[in-house]
Amino acid sequence: MIRIFKPTIFVLCLVPFIIIAYQILFNQLGAEPVKQVTHHTGEWTLRFILLSLAMTPLKNITKILAWIKYRRMLGLFAFFYGTLHLLTYIGFDYQFNLDPIIDDVLNKKFIFIGFAAWLLMLPLAITSNQKMMLILKQNWKKIHRLSYLIGIFAVLHFIWLSKTIFFEPLIYLIILITLLTLRLDFIKFLFKKKSVT
Amino acid sequence: MKLNKFKSSEITPENFYRNRRQFLKEMGIITGTAFASQNIITSALSYTPETERKITPYKFATTYNNYYEFGTGKSDPHKNSKDFITKPWDIKIDGEVENEITLSVEEIKNMIPSEERIYRFRCVEGWSMVVPWLGFPLSKLLNKVKPTSKAKYVKFTSVYDPDQMKGQRFPVLNWPYKEGLRIDEAMHPLTIMVTGLYGKELPNQNGAPLRLIVPWKYGFKSAKAIVNIKFVEKMPVSSWMNASPKEYGFYSNVNPNVSHPRWSQATERVIGENIYSPRIKTVMFNGYGDEVASLYDGMDLRKNF
Repeated sequence: MIRIFKPTIFVLCLVPFIIIAYQILFNQLGAEPVKQVTHHTGEWTLRFILLSLAMTPLKNITKILAWIKYRRMLGLFAFFYGTLHLLTYIGFDYQFNLDPIIDDVLNKKFIFIGFAAWLLMLPLAITSNQKMMLILKQNWKKIHRLSYLIGIFAVLHFIWLSKTIFFEPLIYLIILITLLTLRLDFIKFLFKKKSVT
Repeated sequence: MKLNKFKSSEITPENFYRNRRQFLKEMGIITGTAFASQNIITSALSYTPETERKITPYKFATTYNNYYEFGTGKSDPHKNSKDFITKPWDIKIDGEVENEITLSVEEIKNMIPSEERIYRFRCVEGWSMVVPWLGFPLSKLLNKVKPTSKAKYVKFTSVYDPDQMKGQRFPVLNWPYKEGLRIDEAMHPLTIMVTGLYGKELPNQNGAPLRLIVPWKYGFKSAKAIVNIKFVEKMPVSSWMNASPKEYGFYSNVNPNVSHPRWSQATERVIGENIYSPRIKTVMFNGYGDEVASLYDGMDLRKNF
């Protein structure tokens, strides 16, 4: 099953990239092209972060181990879209003009935290392969707990850049809180108990 | 103010201008007196129209809007306002006045002819358009009443109709939308009440039937679908000031030197340009400094943002 599923999911994960590449190449970006690309790549970064955070709770709830096999791929796609998001901001929006970018990072809290989230994804992406897992042993798990912080930063980034929390930022916030709550020990205990009785 | 510097035909891209003529002609044939009653005057302009920047394509000016009553997405107003009913529509002018009046939009349009005003439009979010509005100076409407000596400000209230405006079913802002101007700002010849754009009747998503345009202020100051204009003594609290007083001040003049907590206001993106186009520099008072800077003499615009 996993042999068929995994490549299929991989291709599906590329669809948002194909859409935006098409829109850029064929001038289909609408009134504010830079914003469209920024928003699209940002939105998919957030979705992939939350999807990757959903795999462990899904495994616990459904008692199906296979979910875990998609976690790394989804996390790497989050990094992929996050990098495109950052490059759009630096390249398209500010045309590699570093002064206003540095000014933004230091003065705009949503940009600061968004940039911080991307920086935190770097070590996770670098240590995502099997080899690094073996080298880092116990520490690997510790490093990869950063993903919770990345999720929080990414949602805060979205809330802070939006004029109001209604509705999309609020929806992402609720999903994040749900996913993090499902990791709390006493909640996990509840699920275990249920399955025993 | 510089007067009568350009004829409309000189500064408007020719194809647009021709289309508009064509459109007006056709409308005349089809609807007969519909436009005669709007009294559109396109010749004698009493302001300096936009000449440096290109007019934004009609498609973008009418599909890329902030109008939270119809949803928070940019395309929501266009999608969700199609069935919005704007006839009949009354506007009440009251408060600190000796003679409060209620006028229908039809009466107002018949009384005060509309003229074309090509203005820059700068949104607080850091994007801008150039729109050929049809409208008349707000002062011509406000002159219908006699304010008392107490009147210092003008408060604008937009329509509250959650049945038709689904955005109002949620507490996104404190509905109805409220905005305000100082009386001298409201009476300034550049401040207009808008009845149309691009030679056409005002589309619902742009604030039909009657909206304000204050071209040297950020777009949210220009309230849409106005039902009440009230002369007041105290500075009105606008919906956006109420939502976030640190971010939105009463004046909200376009000012590249005062940064918004989320958006640097030093530059802006031009709507309708392609993805490779750079931002352009934002100009103090959105380029209307010669006309309006004197309104703020001696004021600290960093404090009074």
